[in-house]
Amino acid sequence: MSNLPILSIITFLPLVGVLFILITRGKEETVAATARWVAMITTLVDFGLSLYLWSKFDGTTAAFQFVERSEWLGGGIVYHMGVDGISMLFVVLTAGLMPFCIMASWKSVQKRVAEYMIAFLLLETLMIGVFCALDLLLFYVFFEGGLIPMFLIIGVWGGPRRVYASFKFFLYTLLGSVLMLLAVMAMYLQAGTTDITVLLHTHFSVAMQFWLWLAFFASFAVKLPMWPVHTWLPDAHVEAPTAGSVILAGILLKMGGYGFLRFSLPMFASASETFAPLIFALSVVAVIYTSLVALAQEDAKKLIAYSSVAHMGFVTMGIFSLTQQGVDGGVFQMLSHGVVSAALFLCIGVIYDRMHTREIKAYGGLVERMPLYAACFMVFTLANVGLPGTSGFVGEFLSMLGAFQVNTWVAILAATGVILSAAYMLYLYRQVVFGKLVKPSLQAIQDLSLREVAILAPLVIITILMGVYPKPVFDVTSVSVANLIQEHKTALAMSQTPELAALTAEGGVR
Amino acid sequence: MNALTNDLAILLPELILAVSGLVLLLWGALRGDKDAGTVSFLAVVAMAVAAYVMLAGDETATAFHGAFVVDGFARFAKVLILLGSALTLVITPAYAERAKLAHFEFPVLVLFATLGMMLMVSAASFIALYMGLELQSLSLYVLASFNRDSVKSNEAGLKYFVLGALSSGMLLYGISLIYGFTGSTEFLAVAHVIKTGGISIGLIFGLVFLIAGLVFKISAVPFHMWTPDVYEGAPTPVTAFFAMAPKVAAMTLLLRALLSSFPDAIHQWQQVIILISGLSMVLGAFAAIGQTNIKRLMAYSSIGHMGFALLGLAAGTAMGVKGVLIYMAIYLVTNAGVWVVVMAMARDGQSVESISDLAGLSRTRPGLAFAMAALMISLAGIPPLAGFWAKFYVFVAAIEAHLYTLSVIGVLSSVVGAYYYWRIVKVMYFDDPAPAFDAGLAKLPGLVLAGASLFTIFFIVGGAPLIAAAGHAAATLVP
Repeated sequence: MSNLPILSIITFLPLVGVLFILITRGKEETVAATARWVAMITTLVDFGLSLYLWSKFDGTTAAFQFVERSEWLGGGIVYHMGVDGISMLFVVLTAGLMPFCIMASWKSVQKRVAEYMIAFLLLETLMIGVFCALDLLLFYVFFEGGLIPMFLIIGVWGGPRRVYASFKFFLYTLLGSVLMLLAVMAMYLQAGTTDITVLLHTHFSVAMQFWLWLAFFASFAVKLPMWPVHTWLPDAHVEAPTAGSVILAGILLKMGGYGFLRFSLPMFASASETFAPLIFALSVVAVIYTSLVALAQEDAKKLIAYSSVAHMGFVTMGIFSLTQQGVDGGVFQMLSHGVVSAALFLCIGVIYDRMHTREIKAYGGLVERMPLYAACFMVFTLANVGLPGTSGFVGEFLSMLGAFQVNTWVAILAATGVILSAAYMLYLYRQVVFGKLVKPSLQAIQDLSLREVAILAPLVIITILMGVYPKPVFDVTSVSVANLIQEHKTALAMSQTPELAALTAEGGVR
Repeated sequence: MNALTNDLAILLPELILAVSGLVLLLWGALRGDKDAGTVSFLAVVAMAVAAYVMLAGDETATAFHGAFVVDGFARFAKVLILLGSALTLVITPAYAERAKLAHFEFPVLVLFATLGMMLMVSAASFIALYMGLELQSLSLYVLASFNRDSVKSNEAGLKYFVLGALSSGMLLYGISLIYGFTGSTEFLAVAHVIKTGGISIGLIFGLVFLIAGLVFKISAVPFHMWTPDVYEGAPTPVTAFFAMAPKVAAMTLLLRALLSSFPDAIHQWQQVIILISGLSMVLGAFAAIGQTNIKRLMAYSSIGHMGFALLGLAAGTAMGVKGVLIYMAIYLVTNAGVWVVVMAMARDGQSVESISDLAGLSRTRPGLAFAMAALMISLAGIPPLAGFWAKFYVFVAAIEAHLYTLSVIGVLSSVVGAYYYWRIVKVMYFDDPAPAFDAGLAKLPGLVLAGASLFTIFFIVGGAPLIAAAGHAAATLVP
């Protein structure tokens, strides 16, 4: 069993689905139907495999597990896959959200269905690859490659301003990433390899770390996104089809946070320490400013998009607090937000499919006709606010706890974000669900169909389960997080030893 | 006598091309245009035989008292050149039929141009260099005005000729200065003089003129002016040819001329190459944005790509040479596919060249659109496609040589460049369909297109042998 390359199978299984769809011939409806079912089955099997992976995962060690390694392009560039406690659950999250995306697109996507499913399956491969890659270049390929299907998803199946949004999304993220690529090359030249396990123990001089950190930051900050480079996100979210928004909010944003954890903290320890105040400042601005911006939105999707930026502020704050609680909280917050924001976009998608508008003012009083929907929506709204008992609380609480140990002011300012999030989320909920059902267009609106219940119900359960009993998540993550912090401290101590630093500076950047 | 046979044996691949070129010319003259297809086929066969003969040996050999050298570097470049020329001949016939350009002179001229390019990459003295270059250039001038009934084509040919003659003049002037200040035209002898006696101001002048003359041929800024007009005016198969083999030949020639005759003057020529590289990358990226004609767009794209390839030369290391070779190989194959698509753009038997003609191609011709999208994304340098790896290796070389500013300019202009490549994807996938193109690709161009797009997609899986081969080839030029 141990010889089976399970990570490669999970990563590349969706491509088998792509192949199946490609060889399907026949009338357009049959091809579309086949494409839907193939995509559904592929993603479900992949999810099953990822759960199996979780069950086999050993949470008591911080070492990489299920490792695969083989030659690739030569010259120290290897095909190396593996997961540890930090990446493990992101694989599960990615594989878990995909079936929901396919289901959510079942009816709402009617044109070019085969291509749509191909794009999503391709995207799944690339996203899972990001979290499994243990070679820096392999990581970069997956990380960047994801832009191609996402660009097409927004551009082909998106809303009226899809062309603008897709180009903005694409060029923003590419601009960030190419700078990281240069840093990757510099690291490759110093270490002679792009193997992450080797790079984790390669010492980079302080001056070099400074630039490498900034280059990686450029990429991850755009991807996450952090204020002030977040402006692509609302546009992309608004124009993307529902499933595209789900993937964007649920997974693509997490790649930035994951990148900070995997690379910036352990590899550029001293630079991370130097730049931590910057991150705190940007996080606090993100939390407060984008929350205020969210308050002013008229478009439901845009509101949630801004709330995503604010929530990612908690993540960066937690991660760079560099305490066990903070990092644990950051990871948990990413997982929780992956579920909750995805669910919120699905909720908006439900009413959008019926009314074809995302304008908040177009709704009101939905509880009268859609009680089931109102109940589900409420759970996610409260989870997004961070109410105790939902998954949102655990992550926010821990990351603030972490930040509090480092800098009280940061924690206090971030805490105001929780209040603001309550303000805008409850505003959204009240406008859409409560009040009198007076609008004539809403009189005939239908409650959730069986398919939609099948989509939202599991997410409700997960949200509450994660809030009440987060232990399974921490069982996986905490040892790896502790190890990460330890590695960071060791690396920091190394670069602070003066004679060693002087020695390495000579070999560093000219 | 023995020495002569020995020299001729080394020159065998070139001799095969020369003899078959002459024979095919006679054949065509006697039989006329109705045999154009046969002549074209035989020309491809001649190239294949030449490649086979060339690859039989793998040691470094010199002929004619060191004026001609065959090493791993030359072999790598020649394989690319032969591939580029053969692909041109393979993808042309369908278009030539439509445009009534199916004359037997086309394959013959391509064959002679190829011969010139083979001599260029093997040249180890400035005289051999110049002879090869002129044989190639004269064939190309004629090819550019191949459609003699078209004003645009004639204009392209004339423009190319006048500017080409100017650049040849500069090149010759540079060579004469180099000869005057070192007393030799042999690359290695020049290198020896510089190593022992240092570099004088006159020699630097010669070097700069040499670079100017050669850079004209790869159409890098500031010697790029002819490119858009010639690309647009020349018949599309000729443009395709220009975009493939001659670029490889001129680039490898530049590499050899600078790295084997001026290795100790690197600080002098490096500055020039850095400037040319940076300007080309930036201009290629920005000037292409406003283009509406696909051939002009590809012209600016080629300017930009030459800038990226020059990054490797600017590094001046073995890793840089390796990067350039990988870059040119990937660039050549990608271009072969792109030009198949451009040639397939026709409505009612008339070629169309506007980018907006591609609108909605994903609906009317999904296969063609997919292939074109893969090639465009590859040219933009987005992983996992081949174009990314091309850029990766030249940038690694540039970083290794501490060319940080140039690298940052490079990646930023690649982002700008990505915009116009993706615009074509957008036109094909997002826009409403324009009227469909004439049905069907001929079998051979179809195969080339499929091959090129599969190459760009699967390079990530199977690219290691090419990378290793480029590494070996580079090691023979820069030990």
